[in-house]
Amino acid sequence: MSLETRPVTVNLGPQHPSTHGVFRMRVTFDGEEIVDVEPVFGYLHRGSEKLAEERTYSQIVTLTDRMDYVSSMLNNQAYILAVEKLCQIVPSPRGVWLRMIASELQRIASHFVATGFLLQDLGALGTPLIYCMRERENILDLFEMLCGARITNSYLRPGGVFMDAPDVFWPALDRSMVDIEKSIDEIEEYLSGNEIVFSRTKGTAILSSESLVNASITGPMLRASGVDWDLRHRNPYDYYSEINFKRILHTASDNYARYWIRVQEMRESLKIISQCIKYIEPGPVRPSFDDVPRLIRPEPGDSYAAIEGSKGELGFYLVSDGGIAPYRMHVRAPSLINLTLLREMLVGELFGDLFVIFGSVDLNMGEVDR
Amino acid sequence: MIQEWRGNYLAEKIELKVKNSVEKFDDRSVWIKSDSLIAVCNLLKEDSLFEFDLLNSLTSVDYIDHFEVVYHFTSISYRSSCIIKCKVGYGRNKPEIDSVVDIWRGADYQEREVWDLMGIKFNGHPNLKRIMLWDGFPGHPLRKDFVTYDQSIVNTKGDE
Repeated sequence: MSLETRPVTVNLGPQHPSTHGVFRMRVTFDGEEIVDVEPVFGYLHRGSEKLAEERTYSQIVTLTDRMDYVSSMLNNQAYILAVEKLCQIVPSPRGVWLRMIASELQRIASHFVATGFLLQDLGALGTPLIYCMRERENILDLFEMLCGARITNSYLRPGGVFMDAPDVFWPALDRSMVDIEKSIDEIEEYLSGNEIVFSRTKGTAILSSESLVNASITGPMLRASGVDWDLRHRNPYDYYSEINFKRILHTASDNYARYWIRVQEMRESLKIISQCIKYIEPGPVRPSFDDVPRLIRPEPGDSYAAIEGSKGELGFYLVSDGGIAPYRMHVRAPSLINLTLLREMLVGELFGDLFVIFGSVDLNMGEVDR
Repeated sequence: MIQEWRGNYLAEKIELKVKNSVEKFDDRSVWIKSDSLIAVCNLLKEDSLFEFDLLNSLTSVDYIDHFEVVYHFTSISYRSSCIIKCKVGYGRNKPEIDSVVDIWRGADYQEREVWDLMGIKFNGHPNLKRIMLWDGFPGHPLRKDFVTYDQSIVNTKGDE
């Protein structure tokens, strides 16, 4: 005897605790199986691109903080690089090293958040998330020393950073790096070889590398499918050409591969920071106000600068008409574009895996909606 | 390093394969006529000279008398990049352009965003709906003639 079943459409979100913010999905289930998904965005849309048209180039730094609010330093860096490209500003070496240290610390913090919430979504309630957040806390304390703010940093300025690191920062950084290294070992020991993590994440939501490239998906998701594409290595901005680091690749392109890539990349970020500490030399942290005034008026034109953000290629497109504010600013948001294949990832999987797959994408609604 | 295609060189190569498609070029970017966009995009994707398999960014700018759609492409195998621009909607009436979703899937949400915020219609897009704002929102906010309603102003006179 067979029972007739009907597909059921369920509305998930926008305030579901597992949606990493305010994300809404219209999901159709046939029993436990997902048959259709339609994402709905826009619940956190603040019109940052329109706001930017009415602010000066240095005021916009504060807007970029609020886009992807777990990786503010990286947003600052991408924006500042676009401004420097637009105005042909030559940054101060010490400022560049400082912002590289800051952005690599931010990458570690962002990957910790991604890892912690992925495990939370897997059902490991509390403990792994708290362990990951503890290390992020460490990094936020370092940011507090650098610029006084913990999350919305606004640390970078065109040409460098706005203040030098205090003396207490350097020993604290050394201590934190040892702690973070230990914590990554801990995560690896408990989770990377954990049988439950294996059975839940291996072989789910597999995507081919061709479809990922065609859908413009970048970052850890692309590298988990074996495509060697890291802008820090492929198109070195700042001083990344002087740094040695291993490119982490995996070929499985499933949820476990995406998790594994993030954990290994944190180790590489630590190596990058220790090299930056070695190369940094005393000097001014930004050009003088004669070279780079507070109020910048770039020549008419446009520029696009992209960095390897924690979630993928983070790019800023700026158009200037010669005034004090950009004529147009556009953000190439990796979180939004990485969701392009969400339907392909979810259809055919089970309900229990929905949030695990969603968590493995690592998105931030502040950046999706802007 | 990613090598950027020079505008004049790229325009020459495109003109060889797709006749009469280049409107103008400068040292970094090439302006394509909007009716030959799909032919040029197919060429950029498939031709072994270009192989632009990654669409980095798709956006639009409002230049008052016309709109401009800006495409940034990267070739992962050749480590090269290029910028293609396309002028649409002269006189601000009904700006529309062909969709490139069939060629690059990654254009899907970006074209919806351009439609939502700038009001440029993409012909052939499978699901051209508003993405950030709700259906029925008046106007397209990123246009230069959009009047932003200041919510801090309280109407004390009591009229409409």
